[in-house]
Amino acid sequence: MLENFGYIALFTVISILFASLLVFLPVLLRLIKIIPSKPNPIKYTPFECGMETIGRSWVQFNFRYYFYALMLIALDVMVVFLYPWAVDLKQLGEFGFFVVLIFISIVVIGYIYAWRKKVLEWK
Amino acid sequence: MMQFAPQELLWSGNFWLHLLLFAGMIITFILLMVMFFIWYERRLIGRFQVRLGPNRAGPFGLLQPVADVLKILTKEDIVPSKGDKIVFWLAPIIALAPVFMMFAVIPLQGNALLVDLNIGILYIIAVSSVASIGIFMAGWGSYNKYSLIGAMRDVAQLISYEIPLVLSIVGVVLIAGSLSLNDIVEAQTVPFILLQPLGFLIFFIGSLAEINRTPFDLVEADSEIVAGYNIEYSGMKFATFFLMEYAEALTSSAIITTLFLGGWKGPFLPPFLWFIIKVIAVFSLIVWVRSTIPRFRIDQVMAFAWKFLLPLALINLLLTSMQVVFFQEASSLVIIISSLVIMAALILIWSKFFRLGGNSTGL
Repeated sequence: MLENFGYIALFTVISILFASLLVFLPVLLRLIKIIPSKPNPIKYTPFECGMETIGRSWVQFNFRYYFYALMLIALDVMVVFLYPWAVDLKQLGEFGFFVVLIFISIVVIGYIYAWRKKVLEWK
Repeated sequence: MMQFAPQELLWSGNFWLHLLLFAGMIITFILLMVMFFIWYERRLIGRFQVRLGPNRAGPFGLLQPVADVLKILTKEDIVPSKGDKIVFWLAPIIALAPVFMMFAVIPLQGNALLVDLNIGILYIIAVSSVASIGIFMAGWGSYNKYSLIGAMRDVAQLISYEIPLVLSIVGVVLIAGSLSLNDIVEAQTVPFILLQPLGFLIFFIGSLAEINRTPFDLVEADSEIVAGYNIEYSGMKFATFFLMEYAEALTSSAIITTLFLGGWKGPFLPPFLWFIIKVIAVFSLIVWVRSTIPRFRIDQVMAFAWKFLLPLALINLLLTSMQVVFFQEASSLVIIISSLVIMAALILIWSKFFRLGGNSTGL
């Protein structure tokens, strides 16, 4: 069992190394002059279709999906509880079905309330 | 669990040998398939638009992706001077690595996978969301307003489509009774697309949104925000994002194949070939959707997830669990026909409630 996660950990390292290889390969190629390097201050400014950027780019941003994110937390936690139940439902039988039905309906009441309160509208 | 196939002797002997063999195989498989997909999508889109597509480099233009890679490898590497340099460099790595990691638990053939995790599909859900952090880092590190808007949209889409996606997988888990992808494939005497047609549709649409394919490609809507999160990237870092997008499309096709289409199972041909054929079929469907449906508006995208897909996914979950508990002995033909009828009825009824168009979306 632990061996399985050893595979996962090592494969994580391998994928990160491979991705880094792709990203840092140009640095090597620049040293041996295959990739050109002609610095120019205009080249390093933020691209905005030829205009100069007005103000900062890291501005305070209006999170329109703030309420969606709150809903996500409620529903996602519910789904996490559903997985172990789903694996064993055939053995659990009717009792397991009705218990989770009550659990889901509590969350769904919250979802309907949020819908009625117009949380799900993109304003 | 312990079927003894002749191949297993070769594969599951030594820990390090197994790791190196499969890591090499997965990475080679992804790179080759991505290069094929880039060519295939351009040719297919060409066909859809009644033109030829790339056909000059090599036979049928097959060497076009190679030419693209060589060209992009020799491009100058530009890092914006005002940007957050560390985040800017880390973003492509964090976006690409999880897509490779997802493939660790997908069976390419019977028992031929890097590791048969007993929580396989849960692991895929957990890892698949990490790529969005890479995209958000790219948008933030670029110091560009367009990138930031694109990255914000990606997060908005991710949090909306995550729940229908994950709920539709629960239906599959209910029928298969296991989270391991190998066991899910073994359990499919009938492909789950027939037992779970509604779940398949929800999962397919959710995958399209997660990998930002065309009806949901607000992240890189060319007509509004130029190129979205990767606007400041050039050279190999841009290629990494490009690779990430196609690898995500490949991974999603592979997951759909494994969960709903019976994975590597099939008559006559060798299992590995069946797996590739099914993956290409799903990808063709994705390209077909791309060339048919125009881009949605952001409020339509959000309303579609929260008011259409989520209630249907909940109903699907309820019906599937009822089927598992109360109608365990029903023959699969009855279940197939009734679930198709229920799917058609539900989609029709819900479309009546749901109004798109004009300036308002919703009930």
